[in-house]
Amino acid sequence: MERFVFLTFDGLSRGAVYAAFALALVLIWRAARVVNFAQGAMAVVTAYAAYMVSDAVGSYLVGFVVALVGGLLLGALVERGLMRFVGHANPLNDVIVALGLVLLLTAVVGIIFGGEFRAANQPFDTRAIEVGGVPLMSRYDLFIWGTVATIVVLLALLFTRTAVGLRMRAAAFAPEVSRLLGVNVGRMLTLGWALAAVVGAVAGVLILPTELGLHPHAMDIVFASSFAAAIVGGLDSPVGAVVGGIIVGLILSYVSGYLGAALTPVAVLAVLLAVLLLRPGGIFSGVRARTV
Amino acid sequence: MTDVLVVDKLNAGYGAVPVLRDVDLTVPAGTITAVLGANGAGKTTLLRTITGLVRPTGGRILFSGADLRAVKVEQLVRRGIAHVPEGRGVVAELTVDENLRLGGLWRKDKADAKKATAEVYELFEPLARRRAHLGHQLSGGERQMLALGRALVARPTLLLLDEPSLGLAPKVTAQIMALLKQLRDTTGLTVLLVEQNVRGALSIADRGVVMSLGRIVMSADADQLLADDGLRHAYLGF
Repeated sequence: MERFVFLTFDGLSRGAVYAAFALALVLIWRAARVVNFAQGAMAVVTAYAAYMVSDAVGSYLVGFVVALVGGLLLGALVERGLMRFVGHANPLNDVIVALGLVLLLTAVVGIIFGGEFRAANQPFDTRAIEVGGVPLMSRYDLFIWGTVATIVVLLALLFTRTAVGLRMRAAAFAPEVSRLLGVNVGRMLTLGWALAAVVGAVAGVLILPTELGLHPHAMDIVFASSFAAAIVGGLDSPVGAVVGGIIVGLILSYVSGYLGAALTPVAVLAVLLAVLLLRPGGIFSGVRARTV
Repeated sequence: MTDVLVVDKLNAGYGAVPVLRDVDLTVPAGTITAVLGANGAGKTTLLRTITGLVRPTGGRILFSGADLRAVKVEQLVRRGIAHVPEGRGVVAELTVDENLRLGGLWRKDKADAKKATAEVYELFEPLARRRAHLGHQLSGGERQMLALGRALVARPTLLLLDEPSLGLAPKVTAQIMALLKQLRDTTGLTVLLVEQNVRGALSIADRGVVMSLGRIVMSADADQLLADDGLRHAYLGF
């Protein structure tokens, strides 16, 4: 039972990061109908930037802020400098360009920083706090939960309470009508990519200390798990991304804990396959809106 | 009477396929001009070209004397042009309230945008009862009211309306037409109305313009078009 409780809390913590990462995927999907397969590689770039800065100035917080700003700039740059020029008529074009970006970013990071693992900085103790003799969450897990919860609340407020959020939603759902109503759709798209990259950057910075460390391919498995989370919840649903992230986090934690870590990639694929077969739109896919 | 909109020798199309051919049109301020014609005549393309959704290949579009060809689509509403596209253009995933807010988001005078929204709710009572409903949960008539109301929140000078009666019950169509007439009479709104419902459109219009195969083949007072059997038979099919 103790092991089950421990694995559950571990899964919740990982799930929170997967949720944030899945949220980044959902943000771009909703804004541009593109699955950003480069999200993981982009998060690695910002994580390296955060690592370099925090190492130089000796402050985790400064590195964290660098990751946020770096994500914002990188997301905007990728949209304005690359994705905007991709012909979106065939969805495969976006996928191929995004995969090309993965190769490019991974190669550049590898050339600059080398391929060895680097220990990522941690702001808090990662040893689990014991309650009644049962190890539950570490201070770092609490930090992860707090950060992800803050992101979710801020995004929810942005999209439901602000004019920019309303413009972004309208531009995503009905770009032509939005233009007729004075919305600069291109700008909203850039903002969507930038925001998603920020969320992805935060997720990257959060999960790296719990993995092997920083490496050009450090986010590959995380991306696969988060992609599964987004599919489980439904690519169109921010709530689904959060729930999907937690579900995938728990499943992977149980599989890793009871069956062995080597089986987690298989578990990710199994989850993905099961959802695609049983509910292709994801758990939170609603009834499709009528075209009006 | 000043012409709010002047379309001069306008040509446009989709790729290599020309749709509009040397279209000339003037729309005087405070009037309703009905653009009539069969499917494929180029009526919708005319509206889409005026608002820049289709790029013209030749000719000029003047709005209050200013050439619109270099103006970005998203800037048009700021200049006083509201376009309700075919199919109504309600954002199905947003609520009624959000759709209406969207109509006035660009406005600097937030107080007046709020006032305009309140006026829309007074004008269209069914919308007031369904503020929190999503666009796709509304009936066809309610969606048309919402699209029209959202355009009015911008307090436009010129309203471009594409097939507002499409798929609506005759009673609802009559209400929409009566409302357009009322808006013209009370606010001086200028309307360029694309319609296949010829009788309904001409019943409120000041002028009628008939399009065929991308050209304007007939332009006359609405009363004249309705009264002249020969014209109606030749161009409007009834």
